[in-house]
Amino acid sequence: MEDVIIGLEIHVQLNRLKSKMFCGCSTAYHNSPPNSHTCPVCLGLPGSLPVINKRAVEYGIKVGLALNCKIEEETFFYRKNYYYPDLPKGFQISQYDYPLATNGHIMILGDDGAERNIRINRAHMEEDPGRLVHAGTIDKAKYTMVDYNRCGMPLLEVVTEPDLTSPREARAFLDKLKSILEYLDVFDGSLEGSMRVDANISLKGGDRTEVKNISGFKGVEKALSYEITRQKNLKRRNILVVQETRHFDEIRNITVSIRSKVGAHDYRYFPEADLAVLRIASWVPAIKATLPELPDVKRERFVAQYGLADDHAKSLTSEIKLANFYETVAKTASPKLAAVWIADVLKGELNYRDLTIESFKEEHMIDIVQMLEKCQITEDGAVQIIRTLLDKKGDSTSEIVKSLGLGKAEDDAVQKAVREALAESAAAVADYRAGSERALNFIVGLVMKKTRGKADAAEVHRLVKAEVDRT
Amino acid sequence: MLAELRSRLLAESCEEHLLRLFDRIEKSKLNGFTTLARESALEEARQFDKNPGKGLLAGVPIAIKECISTKGIETNCSSRILRGYIPPYDAHVIERLKAEGAIVMGKTNMDEFAMGSSTETSSFGPTRNPWDKDCVPGGSSGGSAAVVAGGEAPCALGSDTGGSVRCPASFCGIVGLKPTYGLVSRYGLVAYANSLEQIGPLTHTVEDTALLMEVISGHDSRDSTSAEGERHSYLPGLKDGVAGLKIGIPKEYFGEGVNKDVEKAVWDSIHTMESLGATWQEVSLPHTRYALAAYYVIAMSEASSNLARFDGLRYGLRVGEDKDWHTTFSAIRAQGFGPEVKRRIILGTYALSAGYYGRYYLKALKVRTLIKDDFLRAFKDVDILASPTMPIPAFRIGERINDPLSLYMADVFTVPINLAGVPAISVPCGFSGRLPIGLQLMGPHFGEATVLRAAEAFEAVTPFHEAKPEVI
Repeated sequence: MEDVIIGLEIHVQLNRLKSKMFCGCSTAYHNSPPNSHTCPVCLGLPGSLPVINKRAVEYGIKVGLALNCKIEEETFFYRKNYYYPDLPKGFQISQYDYPLATNGHIMILGDDGAERNIRINRAHMEEDPGRLVHAGTIDKAKYTMVDYNRCGMPLLEVVTEPDLTSPREARAFLDKLKSILEYLDVFDGSLEGSMRVDANISLKGGDRTEVKNISGFKGVEKALSYEITRQKNLKRRNILVVQETRHFDEIRNITVSIRSKVGAHDYRYFPEADLAVLRIASWVPAIKATLPELPDVKRERFVAQYGLADDHAKSLTSEIKLANFYETVAKTASPKLAAVWIADVLKGELNYRDLTIESFKEEHMIDIVQMLEKCQITEDGAVQIIRTLLDKKGDSTSEIVKSLGLGKAEDDAVQKAVREALAESAAAVADYRAGSERALNFIVGLVMKKTRGKADAAEVHRLVKAEVDRT
Repeated sequence: MLAELRSRLLAESCEEHLLRLFDRIEKSKLNGFTTLARESALEEARQFDKNPGKGLLAGVPIAIKECISTKGIETNCSSRILRGYIPPYDAHVIERLKAEGAIVMGKTNMDEFAMGSSTETSSFGPTRNPWDKDCVPGGSSGGSAAVVAGGEAPCALGSDTGGSVRCPASFCGIVGLKPTYGLVSRYGLVAYANSLEQIGPLTHTVEDTALLMEVISGHDSRDSTSAEGERHSYLPGLKDGVAGLKIGIPKEYFGEGVNKDVEKAVWDSIHTMESLGATWQEVSLPHTRYALAAYYVIAMSEASSNLARFDGLRYGLRVGEDKDWHTTFSAIRAQGFGPEVKRRIILGTYALSAGYYGRYYLKALKVRTLIKDDFLRAFKDVDILASPTMPIPAFRIGERINDPLSLYMADVFTVPINLAGVPAISVPCGFSGRLPIGLQLMGPHFGEATVLRAAEAFEAVTPFHEAKPEVI
């Protein structure tokens, strides 16, 4: 296996903020008509001036701290100069030297199954440009429209060191970053374009390419896989990889060259004199005090406090909403049973339906776990209740149990069925006595059939075995 | 003057007064106004005649430099590229003027994007000096200065990036103030070099400038460089005189390159103030000789970025048929900008390029700090500094326009003030032949009150501000 080197630049919209980075326009532009969330400042009209959204910088510092970064004493903004239709000032207000946060790291699960430390080079703030809407694909469009609603959205760019070694690790990093951002309540990943990734990728010893502006984590994995294959094929044919910028075409699942190094921009960074230097060191203690319990710490606590297996704890803490859901359920129902049913069953059923945890009520999960605890329903029955609720074919656990007849069969009914089954299965009984343990399964099956599946199979097995052994 | 005008407006009719001004402007050969807001101005005048209101500038007509954003009135910086751009918002200073009842008459000519000191680089053609129609009015706020000096507007606003208020005030024989950086909000001032420029008044008298400063200065949360703190008042104490005032004479601002008439007029002025009880002493601003180089590197670098937004996509000039992005915006910029603007964008782009940034821009910033320190040091010993505003009187139209270096050199006494961020005023202090000469008085940061008081004391005992050109 050739060594693959991947570094990521992730543009995170701090979309839990109410107003844009440098003006008072609302950030709630999704589902609004194009260019309706704009003002002279975010449109860059002549004479307008930016004013820093202090809350945005506080959010940025919060993320920096959660990524274990060093927060600079003071920070300031630069102009990044380039011409593009989505950039109404002809420059983007960004950061360069003295970014908000530097030298951090977070842990991810590496391909070798071990936890790996991924270093964060820096996290800096900038304004989002507008959005281009091409009529068709980027290389064939006849015309392009611009929507400036997004222009000026507060962005945090997180830059990793080239520590990732596969598309899967890149995905694991992004999942972890998203999880942390949502824990911090600075980010809503469900909004379109809320996280965009530039990926730098190379084979060891070769030049790197940059795939720009990939949206969606699956897109990142696909783009990286394609790019690795492409670079390997070039190498096999003894063709050098050209250092260039490439675009990921989501429809065709390929990357295409958009800019070679020769055409690389000189962004002519220089300090933005319209904004003051921010002395942020003094802000840090207060922001630190607001940091919530983060995924890794919560995971350890779940193991210690609820006695969970580590993989269950990890799964439950991967999303703040899921972790909160679990803790609500675990307050009134068995924590261990709840962990199994939420992490192993409910999560799978949600994923299958592309639903989030908000689609399921805590009370329902409490009911289900409690019924399982009291052996009032079978495991199969519990799964059926979950599915019925998710498919919106019922809204009350007790009614679902009744209408689908999921209540466990009464003991005497089971006893009766066992006696009948034994009477009808002389041959199987003989086989069992001759040493074939498996022969009992036939009898258990018969009992299950007689109770129409309402009996607990394990319990039936125990009863049948006891009865045969006794007689 | 504005005080008298206000009582006259109350006694007579503001509408008629404005109609007389517009009539005069229509017949004028100065080319000072670019756009007239005739209808809205007359409507506001009629409102005033019905109900005068109590604003500090109620009913007072004012001319506004082309680069200050006015809602509903074209704001084009005298450039082709912005022709037809009508802003949807008022600059902070315009809001303040309107709140005090002033009436915006229209927009005045300027060097394209304020790049120049003669108003010759305007796409509207040059403005003429009311004192000699063959001479420039100075720049870049040449239109504002000419219409005030020529009696077409009682007062005006200009902007000063490297002398653009003081130079035309000096050449046209009126008063012009460049305030401390941060004292007047730049919100709505179309940026040329944003770390250097301020909006400032152009008026007939020091008192009028003080009055306009009362109105336009003060904190604005929309400009992050706007100074915090309470609003200043400049009228009380204005006439307290200069007894005991210590005036510094920067030796680097005299001698070689300074016109003899100018030098004499300025020394006479210093002696006049001495006779009023001030004292003077020579001081040194040793880094003055690096100021022009540092100024032009910083101004051009910032300009190359500030003017990047003019791509014709959202407003302004559109040429020919739209092609791909690069071809289209390049064609628009090629046709939209004049040669001086292009020169400065290209030089500024070069100065900020990878590999040159440290050699030019960063070095210029260091020089800027040294120049600021020069001023801080000088103001430990003296209250104000006095010098010529311009080393020469107004020159002839066309005389220097093809020699940009000699034009740049004329800014030698005004640009250090912008680099340091301190305030400076130009007041009329004599004549060279028919052409006015300006005295520049500089103060420490936020020392406007002292500067205005000194200028007022000088004006009170001299006749220069009363001289009127025989307007063509």
